[in-house]
Amino acid sequence: MEHIVIIGNGISGVTAARHIRKLSDKKITIISAETDYFFSRTALMYVYMGHMKFEHTQPYENWFWKKNRIELKKGYVTRVDTKQKTLHFINNDTLQYDKLIIATGSKPNKFGWPGQDLDGVMGMYHKQDLESLEKFAPNNNVCKRAVIVGGGLIGIELAEMLHSRHIPVTFLVRESSFWNKVLPKQESEMINKEIISNGIDLRLGVNLKEIKPDENGKVKSIVIAETGEEIPCNVVGLTAGVSPNIDFIKDSEIETNHGVKVNRYLETNIPDVYAIGDCAEQHEAIGNRRPIEAVWYTGRMMGETVAQTICKNRIPYKPGHWFNSAKFFDIEYQTYGWIWAEPKENEARFYWQHESEKKCIHISFDKNTKEFIGINCLGIRMRHEYFDKALTEKRTVNYVLEHLADANFDPEFYKLHEPEIVAKFNNEHGTNIHLKKKSWKRIFNLTN
Amino acid sequence: MDKHSSFAISNPHKVTLDNIQKLGLWLGISGLLILVLATLNVHLEPKNIFVLVSIGFILIGTTVYARRTYLKQPSGIKNNHVWFKSLTNRSVLGWSVGIILTLFYVLLYWFPKFLGLGINGEPNSGLIVMFDSISMFFKEQPASQWFVYGTLYTLAILALGIKFMYKYRHNQYQLIRTTVVIISQLFLAYLIPEILEGLNSETPYFAKDIKNMWPLNYYFFESWHLDNMLNGGTLGMFYLVVGIFMFLVFTPIITYFVGKRWYCSWICGCGGLAETAGDPFRHLSSKKLSAWKLERWLIHSVMVFIFIVTVVVLYGYFTGSGEFLGLSIYNYFSKPYGFLIGAMFSGVIGVGFYPMLGNRVWCRFGCPLAGYMGIIQRFKSRFRITTNGGQCISCGNCSTYCEQGIDVRAYAQKGENIVRASCVGCGICSAVCPRGVLKLENGPEKGRINPTDVLLGNDVDLMNLVNNKTSKF
Ligand SMILES: Cc1cc2nc3c(=O)[nH]c(=O)nc-3n(C[C@H](O)[C@H](O)[C@H](O)COP(=O)(O)OP(=O)(O)OC[C@H]3O[C@@H](n4cnc5c(N)ncnc54)[C@H](O)[C@@H]3O)c2cc1C
Ligand code: SF4
Ligand code: SF4
Repeated sequence: MEHIVIIGNGISGVTAARHIRKLSDKKITIISAETDYFFSRTALMYVYMGHMKFEHTQPYENWFWKKNRIELKKGYVTRVDTKQKTLHFINNDTLQYDKLIIATGSKPNKFGWPGQDLDGVMGMYHKQDLESLEKFAPNNNVCKRAVIVGGGLIGIELAEMLHSRHIPVTFLVRESSFWNKVLPKQESEMINKEIISNGIDLRLGVNLKEIKPDENGKVKSIVIAETGEEIPCNVVGLTAGVSPNIDFIKDSEIETNHGVKVNRYLETNIPDVYAIGDCAEQHEAIGNRRPIEAVWYTGRMMGETVAQTICKNRIPYKPGHWFNSAKFFDIEYQTYGWIWAEPKENEARFYWQHESEKKCIHISFDKNTKEFIGINCLGIRMRHEYFDKALTEKRTVNYVLEHLADANFDPEFYKLHEPEIVAKFNNEHGTNIHLKKKSWKRIFNLTN
Repeated sequence: MDKHSSFAISNPHKVTLDNIQKLGLWLGISGLLILVLATLNVHLEPKNIFVLVSIGFILIGTTVYARRTYLKQPSGIKNNHVWFKSLTNRSVLGWSVGIILTLFYVLLYWFPKFLGLGINGEPNSGLIVMFDSISMFFKEQPASQWFVYGTLYTLAILALGIKFMYKYRHNQYQLIRTTVVIISQLFLAYLIPEILEGLNSETPYFAKDIKNMWPLNYYFFESWHLDNMLNGGTLGMFYLVVGIFMFLVFTPIITYFVGKRWYCSWICGCGGLAETAGDPFRHLSSKKLSAWKLERWLIHSVMVFIFIVTVVVLYGYFTGSGEFLGLSIYNYFSKPYGFLIGAMFSGVIGVGFYPMLGNRVWCRFGCPLAGYMGIIQRFKSRFRITTNGGQCISCGNCSTYCEQGIDVRAYAQKGENIVRASCVGCGICSAVCPRGVLKLENGPEKGRINPTDVLLGNDVDLMNLVNNKTSKF
């Protein structure tokens, strides 16, 4: 029986395994050094905050794996011998494979800052990071202040985590406004406000110079490059992005760059070796996407795709329209299609913000053709299917606004802001769009 | 469960209460203390003042405390430290509350004299005598243990319902739902029945909580109850007709349109208590597949049991016989059901075990009415929880906070809508989801259940290829 070995029990590896099992009877082994069972990395924050216990982050009960004949092996792979099709483990164990899927995810970036390996300095990626946070920042007696370096999605989550335990947080962000390489100015500013209103000491436009140790080799303080200010702290969180976790294959014959190089079929340069998820790097970026996409959804989609290829239905990885979501303290964020931080040449923008509540939408569309390009929603939930369809059908912004009631996904009885949004658009663009009533028929595609 | 799966964490939450919170807490505790002292037979005079002070303190204290606690923080999901707190993580405080509640139910059902019920014409004492004045006000008779229970029950829903509304003040669905829960309890289950009973004190007793229908109200068709309704004049006939109509016509129709939530989490008393007083314990329900199996087995057994009991009881009523196939109807049918299901299951375990098993044990594993509506909801209803395309990140908040122990994530992460018999539509899964994935809604039956193997966001060809094999959606 063909033996499929998957390194990494994250969303991409596990999705691949599940789909291979659905499609075939092959022998499947998943390897991980991190945990015995698959868990949701995105939920780590809720464990520290006390919303959930670690076991709740595991989407499948422990019997699931045996029942589906997916073998789990705990161990750290140190070397891949592609000639012998053999994996070597840190404890000198070996494992033979027929086909190998590399799904080893990411690791937190460290940029060679002095003191970056001190006790009390940590990333926020693996379960072990959570354990070390629990050790160094269990409460505000042990940790009098924490400094977070790097203003991305993980950074703000870490800020919220520490804040939940009443630990004072200083948040160093290199950019002049939070995540403004991705978010347009207005959204970014709303998030700045949200961060500050939660009592976080947000420092914009600053870089870390060094981390200073105390006499025991523990973090004592950090120094800001721009101002030379020294901030005493007990914990430093490094959240300046992630990069593929592939050091162990650097000296194998598998081609790598930042990540493991793959073609559109998620195949590496070596036959029978595939790479998916955070650690895979496309030879050429797909559409407007980046060559490496370190998000949950793409890991899952690559897992779904590679399973087909391995089970004799070789198909390319063809992600659909971009979407993503996050939560910034109490503000939910969803995005569909593309809405860049800065409008591109052909783009026009429409922005609406609620006068008092933390809600806004931002739409990007083509100046000339009026084709809808993308939307950001903060504090309002929208229907994925609606925008996916609007993008596929290349609808105009007028169409999208006219049917905005179909898109709304907020819970029942929520105040609907669509009339106000449409009125604002009409006002600014001299249009005469009439908001249509929500229609189940359209939503369910029953008619057009 | 492997032992590495949970971090050993002591409560990192430093409880720092400001003066207003302390005031609220002390008011509430003083109010409770009056009731405890009364139960211990301490003489408190004048009783009518003390009982009103007690109720007032509990109500005002809870409101002051909740208002201060939640308005101090920004609106949003407030689940920080839930698993660290002794009350809500099955530690000492949780067990203590559980034991006290259980004890209270045991006394209430089987030893009411220890709560002060006067037996054989003796006057009430202890806790129960405290409520004599209120009972006299409504119906000119001294309080029974059930009157005291009903009053405290309503008080709990009212006070903790207000707390719940502060906690979820950002969520319009929760605000409206809880307002209805409170109004239903206060008026339909408490004030109107008590007042009607006072107005009709000549006629024999029958249940006047119009929404408490058969089979949740298991004695509805018992001979004494039928007789009392038949002898209850126009009002009695009205309750008999409406009671049957509610179950046979009204319930299936409404459940078809909006799911069983209209009852279970909007107007039902058991559900009302679970949603308000029980809210801090909702995460304690078991999400295991084995629990789901037990649930289906148990709830349907109770349904069959009550159905048989009712048929037998009606047989006895219409034939005038006290026996069915040679078995005493009372000893072999009505009494065991009343004891096992009515008292043990719905009371002692259902509420007493909130802090151990979660707040919906009865609703999930026992309630025959929930079972009946569940079948309609699963097979013939417009209600579903829609999953928002491919947005789920499998975080597990929804499953953790589902009081009915539904593994919501199992569906959401596959892009499938949630159509489950046991869902009471409380809306909390949707509220806690950090990615806006879940929406409770009523829509066309077509496309309600949407099995998907490959999720939205992926290549359209692949989705069609894979999903069309399994569904024709
Ligand atoms: C705190 C946090 C929050 C996030 N929130 C979101 C979000 O909201 N939305 C979103 O889209 N994305 C989010 N992400 C990103 C998302 O979690 C990742 O994109 C996704 O988990 C990547 O999955 P993966 O399967 O590629 O790899 P991983 O989940 O990283 O799994 C790889 C596994 O392989 C193991 N491994 C690596 N090397 C070896 C080796 N040599 N031997 C054995 N085992 C090895 C690792 O230990 C790990 O267990 C978040 C990430 C973090 C850390
Ligand atoms: S599935 Fe959601 S709405 Fe239904 S009972 Fe569970 S938490 Fe409530
Ligand atoms: S809470 Fe939302 S994102 Fe998390 S598992 Fe449930 S549906 Fe998915």
